[in-house]
Amino acid sequence: MGASVGPCPVLQDIHLPVLAGCWTSIVGPNGAGKSTLLRALAGLMPHTGTVHLLGRELADWPRRDKARALSWLGQNEAAADDLTVYDVAMLGRLPHQPWLAPPSAADHAAVEQALRATHAWDWRQRTLGGLSGGERQRVLLARALAVQAQVLLMDEPLANLDPPHQADWLLLVRALVAEGKTVVSVLHEVSMALQADHVAVLARGRIVHHGAAADPDTHRAVERVFDHRIAIHSVAGQWMALPRLHPTAAPPFPDLNENPSHAN
Amino acid sequence: MSESAMPSAARRAAAHAGIATARQRAALLLLGLIVLSVLLAGLGASVGSTGFDSVLRLADDPLAARIVWDIRLPRSLGAWLAGALLGLAGAVAQGLFRNPLADPFLLGSASGASLGVALALALFGVAPATVWLVKLGLTGAAFAGAVLAVLLTLQLARGVQHTLRLLLAGVIVGVVLGAVKDLITLAAPDIIPSMQGFNLGSAGFIGWASCVLMAAAWCVCALAAWVFSRALDGLSLGEATAASLGLPLAPMRLALVAVLALATGTAVAQTGLIAFVGLAAPHLVRSMAKVTHAWLVLLASLMGGVLLMGADVLARWVIAPQELPVGVLTAVLGGGYLLWLMHRRTGQGSVL
Repeated sequence: MGASVGPCPVLQDIHLPVLAGCWTSIVGPNGAGKSTLLRALAGLMPHTGTVHLLGRELADWPRRDKARALSWLGQNEAAADDLTVYDVAMLGRLPHQPWLAPPSAADHAAVEQALRATHAWDWRQRTLGGLSGGERQRVLLARALAVQAQVLLMDEPLANLDPPHQADWLLLVRALVAEGKTVVSVLHEVSMALQADHVAVLARGRIVHHGAAADPDTHRAVERVFDHRIAIHSVAGQWMALPRLHPTAAPPFPDLNENPSHAN
Repeated sequence: MSESAMPSAARRAAAHAGIATARQRAALLLLGLIVLSVLLAGLGASVGSTGFDSVLRLADDPLAARIVWDIRLPRSLGAWLAGALLGLAGAVAQGLFRNPLADPFLLGSASGASLGVALALALFGVAPATVWLVKLGLTGAAFAGAVLAVLLTLQLARGVQHTLRLLLAGVIVGVVLGAVKDLITLAAPDIIPSMQGFNLGSAGFIGWASCVLMAAAWCVCALAAWVFSRALDGLSLGEATAASLGLPLAPMRLALVAVLALATGTAVAQTGLIAFVGLAAPHLVRSMAKVTHAWLVLLASLMGGVLLMGADVLARWVIAPQELPVGVLTAVLGGGYLLWLMHRRTGQGSVL
């Protein structure tokens, strides 16, 4: 998958090759255009330039074929308070169902698998309106998984999730990638984003860096777009972004800092 | 027995048991509404100035037969059909605009129909000599007004792409057409009593021809709404998600707006403005069963029919031999019930 998005009010000259079978995270400050970029990748907003999905221009894909190949999880969108959890997850199967045909056994199996994967299966009879924010997010995630698409685009998938379920989500994405699926996520939590294979750093509508999550250059680019108000450290084998409370002061926990960040 | 040890068929059956109960509730509600409809139709045939006698003497008294067959039955059935159209339109409007406060008159059809009737009355007068012709003209004018108002709303909103723009345009069209109607009534004060009758709504003028017309419109609208019911489900997750699921949003919106215009236009033309049925029916259904739109449009439609037919029977009975305007009753009863529902729900920590 690759995107080349021309000038539009939010994004400028984006060239973003997204490697198949990898997890790419998009990070950047508020208002950098992360969600807009993800929407452009999903073909959900008009833009100049072209997006390629699995070697074929996105605009050339038939509507339903595209919906089967590319699953989208939006941010703060749901309002389906009166649908049951099961019915919501079943909506992910719409691209697979002939118009007006009842759900097939494969549809039921996919929905069950998705709901179990997000630990939402036990409340499948409850309505979405009766769930907490985090529970609701897990149902919406299951809806996106139920599509069983080759490419998953997720905008802030960790919103409202507690740490154990954030860890579940990480494992889930790792499993998807191991199956050969491609995942692109927008994450405002930098530490989570650094768990990805690749990180695209976005600032003011431009991709300022795109590289491996473990690459020191990527870390420097991330620190730079956040005005060096964060510092990236290695903690227990994982990359952590910690806030720097005083930009001019030395980074906290200097002993943990394997890659000394470049101050202004 | 652990879950993995269960045979897969049994597991699948257990898995769908919860879903089955939701469906069973919906089926039960469907059955209840059908039974209630039949009972109310029987009641509607029995209530009137000559009372139940007419039903008893149906076989040997031609006058009684005429009263029941040509007046009471079409009126009761007509009230049911008009309510069914409004309930259907209400469910479609609330799904399409993803707003539980949406009602079928949202796109300006009510004020458009009012204006149509006011114009027809002002132009052709309220001549009693040509009653049926006037009535036919008024029905046509109301329908044309409703549909033209929706078209005007679509034009102002520049299509159906933006739901919020569509809503705003509907409100603007409603206000402006209402003002024009007020101007007309000011210029021709002799139409005020007729306008009042129209604004309060009544099932009293419905004959068999109107019933056939409404039944045909209901069939078309219900079929279209059912065809797009899954798209409405998808839309409830938001426009972007619906689009990502490969749903044809633009044709779907257009078809559903057409359903709204046809259903409300037909109902309003036959019965005048009847408040609250379209808003309340989907809420009542949702408070009893949590269902997908395929069920919701059908159940809300039946619920609307039951509500309006019940209200019509009540309107004829409360101060018999005089009649209450049915629109007043639906507003009072529907409003009261919604208020109760709202307080009950807010007490449980969720809002309507």
